[in-house]
Amino acid sequence: MSTSLILLIVALIGLAGYVLGARQARRLAAAALPKMHSRPGYYGSYVAVWAGLPALLILAVWLVASPIYVNSSIRDNFPEDLKAQTEAAQSLTFGTIGSVARGLTVLTPEEVAQAQANPGELRVLLGGKGVPLAGDPEPFMVSAAAELNAMNATSRLAMTIAVIAASVVGFFYAYRMIAPRFRARNKVEQVILASLITASCIAILTTVGIVASMLTEAIQFFQMVPAWEFFFGTVWDPRFAAAGATDSAGQFGLIPLLAGTLYIGFVAMVVAVPVGIFSAIYMAEYASPRMRSAVKPLLEVLAGIPTIVYGFFALTTVGPFLRDLSTQLNGIATGNYSNFIQAQSVITAGFVMGIMLIPYVSSLSDDIITAVPRALRDGSLGLGATRSETIKRVVLPAALPGIVGALLMTASRAIGETMIVVLAAGVAARMQINPFEPMTTVTVKIVSQLTGDLEFTSPQTLVAFALGITLFAITLCLNIYALYIVRKYREQYE
Amino acid sequence: MTNTASPLAGAVPARPARRDIGIKRRYAAERRFRIYGIAAISFGLLFLFLLLWSVGSKGYTAFQQTMITIPVEFSEQIIDKDNERDTDPTKLMTANYPVVARNALAAALGADPGDRQQMREIGRMLSEGVRSQLRNMVVADPSIIGTTQTVSLLAAGEIDSALKGQMNLDVPEANRRISDQQVGWMEQLTEAGALAKEFNTGIFFNGASSRPEAAGVGVALIGSLYMMGIVLVLSLPIGVAASIYLEEFAPKNRWTDLIEVNINNLAAVPSIVYGLLGLSVFIGFAGLPRSAALVGGLVLTLMTLPTIIIATRAALKAVPPSIRAAALGLGASKMQTIFHHVLPLAMPGILTGTIIGLAHALGETAPLLLIGMVAFVANYPTTPMDPATALPVQIYMWANEAERAFVERTSGAIIILLLFLIVMNVGAILLRRRFERRW
Repeated sequence: MSTSLILLIVALIGLAGYVLGARQARRLAAAALPKMHSRPGYYGSYVAVWAGLPALLILAVWLVASPIYVNSSIRDNFPEDLKAQTEAAQSLTFGTIGSVARGLTVLTPEEVAQAQANPGELRVLLGGKGVPLAGDPEPFMVSAAAELNAMNATSRLAMTIAVIAASVVGFFYAYRMIAPRFRARNKVEQVILASLITASCIAILTTVGIVASMLTEAIQFFQMVPAWEFFFGTVWDPRFAAAGATDSAGQFGLIPLLAGTLYIGFVAMVVAVPVGIFSAIYMAEYASPRMRSAVKPLLEVLAGIPTIVYGFFALTTVGPFLRDLSTQLNGIATGNYSNFIQAQSVITAGFVMGIMLIPYVSSLSDDIITAVPRALRDGSLGLGATRSETIKRVVLPAALPGIVGALLMTASRAIGETMIVVLAAGVAARMQINPFEPMTTVTVKIVSQLTGDLEFTSPQTLVAFALGITLFAITLCLNIYALYIVRKYREQYE
Repeated sequence: MTNTASPLAGAVPARPARRDIGIKRRYAAERRFRIYGIAAISFGLLFLFLLLWSVGSKGYTAFQQTMITIPVEFSEQIIDKDNERDTDPTKLMTANYPVVARNALAAALGADPGDRQQMREIGRMLSEGVRSQLRNMVVADPSIIGTTQTVSLLAAGEIDSALKGQMNLDVPEANRRISDQQVGWMEQLTEAGALAKEFNTGIFFNGASSRPEAAGVGVALIGSLYMMGIVLVLSLPIGVAASIYLEEFAPKNRWTDLIEVNINNLAAVPSIVYGLLGLSVFIGFAGLPRSAALVGGLVLTLMTLPTIIIATRAALKAVPPSIRAAALGLGASKMQTIFHHVLPLAMPGILTGTIIGLAHALGETAPLLLIGMVAFVANYPTTPMDPATALPVQIYMWANEAERAFVERTSGAIIILLLFLIVMNVGAILLRRRFERRW
């Protein structure tokens, strides 16, 4: 029986549990003298929970555990010479067995018998049925495949029986509990509370998942490439990952990537910070409410545009424009019409990223500037300062910690930004200080090392996880520090 | 009284020279400061309009496609010379349809079918897409073989660009991708009314194609739709449940403080890190298929959760305590108070936050690149487990194509994406306006 069908049956039993439980409670409430403790719906829900929850738990555990058990018992029956081989070879054999097993299900019993007698013909036979095999299966594989099918079928049958039995047993157990003194509401609320707690733990699980998954892969990487060569290497030259060859040497130096990331982020901040802060000041201090309500959402549209659109804008509009501009300028100045700004360059990527970051700076700073208490402004204006003097000498110093926090958060966004740099910054990993030349970033290299079908065994792919955890650590530190600054200074003026 | 005052006033010595407090300079500084502010805002708005204009001006032509409408003779000679179609089902699938189309165009132009050079150029005016176009017609209704039907054929990308004026026809013939002869034929066809721009439905329904004129975002739209469905179904209940616990039940202790800080940080983790998580956990560990919309949906769910949790908590916080006190006072349990009274009142805020989170997820590209959604998928995915692409990933793939016609397609796809985002955001704003209550 398929999993979705089992789910449907359990859901139906649960629904029946709700209806019958509620009806029973209503009947008791009409007849019995002691008042029912809870509303009928709670008794119904109680029955439904007992009918559904244990069954679903069993289903989940079974679905996870059964393939692991079947897998290991099939592998235990591998011939001895195969067991002596590497893990990769064993996985490959197991994969072949899996496809043979799938193939056997489409054959008639006579054909299966024939195939077991003569495994050499199996590939042709299955090819005709639309099941391609990578190679000719060996005799033991065919019998293993038959065994695999048998075990899977047994497991599925047992699972179906266990799940439905659990559902029915739960139903009757809970149904018999319905009585006037029984506190169904409290029990149901306990279940709800438990599920709320589970939901809020998913956030923790995500973080644990991020750190654990990247650490395990990164540690594998550091076993092949020493950590200090990664963190302090100045050459990025991973070579290509040849299939199966894990020893093709490459150089994995983080420094050029980090330099590119920071340089592009710096250019972006140079664009975004003045523009963002001045917009925020104008919006908070000068703009009329009407202008504010019109301009603020428009600026925030910039934050809502997907980054891929910015990347495309940089690639097709800003980059070529800067390149042609530099050609003309160079021509006017020296008579030599050649461009000194590349279409893909630090300045292109940084500038476009800066535009993307404007709304982050401006709305965060706007909130902080508006939060500076009125009394400070009134005091300064009352002493005869102009508005700009009030802003420069009183409001901004008061808002400074918050603004610094906002800028740190914006910087972490600039460092983690991917699509703009993938399209506009170039892929050449080098260290130089000319902003008109292409450089590359950590995120670009994560994408380029992992796009395409590669196995997770070569340093060429594993390095992406080492880069990822570096990126995660940098942005995490920036964010925590920003939060710390904001929290520490927030109440100073309140 | 006024009379007596005037001599007195005369006795007052001349007013002391005004102390120079630099008022002019200070007012000038004030004006400059304001101008900086206006300049900064104008800079931001200018680039917003430049961005939209650049995409719009490049992309609006993608919604039109040049079609050549001519009578096509489905010649039995070419399609099925030996009359084998009843015995060999692959015959109709593999017939040489481009020749059928080419002969039809040659006939419409009055060209000599014997001139191979000319015939090759005529063939190049039609898209590769005519093969499947005619094939689908014939397979759907084999009885049209031997008859002549009027068909709108896809023109080649170069012809399309030239007709839309995107190709400079003044440069020497050797330097452009269509010949003078082809330009002449184009004019001839246009005058005859056979060559015209039509509304391009293909861009909405077609799958990936290496030919720009036959490429569309159909598969990507379905993939994005699946992912948005998964994100909505998973992240809304989980996010709301988590926020209810944190906001209403959680005791103030280190554990809940940790969860809080953690959620705030997750909201700021670079999206590409979620891609790495999805790659190693969902694909590497759990063994889900690569390129599947299911994996993309799960990754985007994890990415959207913090946004939804933060928005939901703000919405719950905004419900005044008096509501809770009243419900509790009437004997409702805490759970009843929250689910019957607080949650419905917070719902508009929660939905607004959810829609904005979904809009972000819809435009997200980087994590999807890592889980293998950069794939050439020509067929519609029927389940979330099938290979699919997403709208922003399709844009990324097209942006990397060299052909000029793909720039137009990319911009067209961006316009479609932005339209979706606008609809979602306007929906969120309307929802907030309509249902928001101020206490």
